[in-house]
Amino acid sequence: MKKRTVKKPARKTAAAGRPVRAAKTAPNGHDTQHAVEQFLYRQAELLDEKRWQDYIDLFAEDGMYWMPPEPSHATWDGMPAIFAEDKNLMTVRMKRVLHPDAWSQRPLWGTNHVVGNVVVERESPNGDVVARSRFHMMELRRDDVRHFAGLYIHHLKKTKDGYRIKLQRVDMTNAQAAFDYVLQVWV
Amino acid sequence: MLHERIPNLANFVEPDRVRREVYTDAAIFEMEMERIHEHVWIYCGHETQVPKAGDYYTTRIGRQPMLMVRGKDGKVNVLYNRCPHRGSMMCGDRSGNAGEFFRCSYHSWTFHHDGKLRAIPMMESGYAGTRWTRDNPDCNMKRAARVENYRGFVFASLAAEGPGLLEFLGRSKVAFDDICDRSPEGEVEIVPNCFRVIQHSNWKIFLENQLDALHPSVTHQSTGRAAREVELEIEKRTGKIPLSYHMLSAFSTVTIEKWDNFQTLNYPYGHCILTGYMGLRPQDPDTLEYERVLAKAYGEKRKEEILSTNIHHVLIYPGLSVQSPLQQLRAVRPLGVDKTLTEIWHFRLKGAPEPIYRRALAYYNLVNSPSTLINADDLENFWKAHQGLSSDGGDWVSFHRHYGRDAEKDGIVETAPNCGTSEAPMRNQMKAWTQYMASGK
Ligand code: FES
Ligand SMILES: [Fe+2]
Repeated sequence: MKKRTVKKPARKTAAAGRPVRAAKTAPNGHDTQHAVEQFLYRQAELLDEKRWQDYIDLFAEDGMYWMPPEPSHATWDGMPAIFAEDKNLMTVRMKRVLHPDAWSQRPLWGTNHVVGNVVVERESPNGDVVARSRFHMMELRRDDVRHFAGLYIHHLKKTKDGYRIKLQRVDMTNAQAAFDYVLQVWV
Repeated sequence: MLHERIPNLANFVEPDRVRREVYTDAAIFEMEMERIHEHVWIYCGHETQVPKAGDYYTTRIGRQPMLMVRGKDGKVNVLYNRCPHRGSMMCGDRSGNAGEFFRCSYHSWTFHHDGKLRAIPMMESGYAGTRWTRDNPDCNMKRAARVENYRGFVFASLAAEGPGLLEFLGRSKVAFDDICDRSPEGEVEIVPNCFRVIQHSNWKIFLENQLDALHPSVTHQSTGRAAREVELEIEKRTGKIPLSYHMLSAFSTVTIEKWDNFQTLNYPYGHCILTGYMGLRPQDPDTLEYERVLAKAYGEKRKEEILSTNIHHVLIYPGLSVQSPLQQLRAVRPLGVDKTLTEIWHFRLKGAPEPIYRRALAYYNLVNSPSTLINADDLENFWKAHQGLSSDGGDWVSFHRHYGRDAEKDGIVETAPNCGTSEAPMRNQMKAWTQYMASGK
């Protein structure tokens, strides 16, 4: 497995002199902001590049990927969920799409994620972070384009190899809409 | 043109094969909606979806937008979602509470929950001398011709005549008995979430797949294998396998030959049952506790009867696919000749221990949610089937598998032993289709 360490930015000059709101809540100021942004961008890139194992490796051993069907849900535990996957289930999903007879994967299929509006909500003294961001994903399958967008909430654990995801909550704006076809992998 | 040949629709269906136009022709689709869906009993929803007076849920019967609404008298009504004034849709959202009465957003006509006119602005000054009087039944929101409720499951028929719900369901009513009896209280309540998935294929393609026991080991091999690999790893690490993995890995461990051990039972009106036990009685503490609760409620003998009900899937033609041992169902709403919506619901067994609900919930999330590890490949097949049938590459759809080995007794067609993959359910559905389509209006 390749290391996905997020390097600290070498220079701090970029935002110098400008007031950065996130710095108030994040003791490390835009170091944290930058590191979290880089992490989120890389995570999205792994999906678009179909590097499924690297994507799963970003999750902590007890990490969860969760997409509730509506924003009012406070937990996946005992609730209907579009996704509520630990690493084991994520591995099933990965192995399925990699199987030569995953028929739904035969047609041309790809995605493009854009992630932005990154807000570091909380940073604990141990470096763990809760961050909000917005995503927009365009998917092409055969000749059909679909769009999915919404809110990510990442609960990140700081490790010596960089951040690992304890919980990624995905509140998709179209979660309540009828799905035209299904979601084959994580959004 | 096909449309001129429609009077001879019987020529399109033979006992062992069906013309492709039955799936792709828009005029045939319109006739199906009129003669089948807008005629027979269609599942609208469960009464616990609308617990309080004024609660409503929108649905479709054939091409008709409908409302299921709870009245102040506690009765569940099914109305056309339409205002009788100028025809506006009454409720534009999927569900909600109408309050004391329905109020049209266009000119403020109001209606009671049973559809009866309540008030029209300027009734006296504006309508005096016109034929639009309070006693004119056209002033009311139109009701479904018939509504019946079996153990909480609400059905409506838009035709005044026809068999009653129980006669229509016949033996397929076991779907609801099996769901409810598994609760120590004999009742279920809705899990308040509906997964909705659209497929670009004719509605019959979905229904014909439901009891096609040959397809899982082909279509779902990828998921079966993936789940098998991971469950073995988990077993190595922890010594046990979560049941939800077993539900998925069965798609690869149950081979085509084993599926032949299953059995289909085919009933009048196109209903069919696939038998075959789903392995839901492992001897773990949760299951044993559940069995104790059931035995306390029903007695040992009745408990055994309930838990050994041998059902994998019940198909209630033309619009419902029920997995009763897991308390979930898919309602099929045709949106067009090549477009079909499924509404997927899960029910909670009242009084059953929480782990039993969670076990079924795992299946609902993994198999029936929009991130389904199973239906992704089914829907791909359905789309390809519809595409292929739209071509002139052939005229017929074959339903010959195990044809000629069906035995009919008291109107029930059973396949011979070891013919579980028989295409008898498809033949049975088309038999009902032919009868409905020939009957006209
Ligand atoms: S259309 Fe409903 S009040 Fe006029
Ligand atoms: Fe299937």
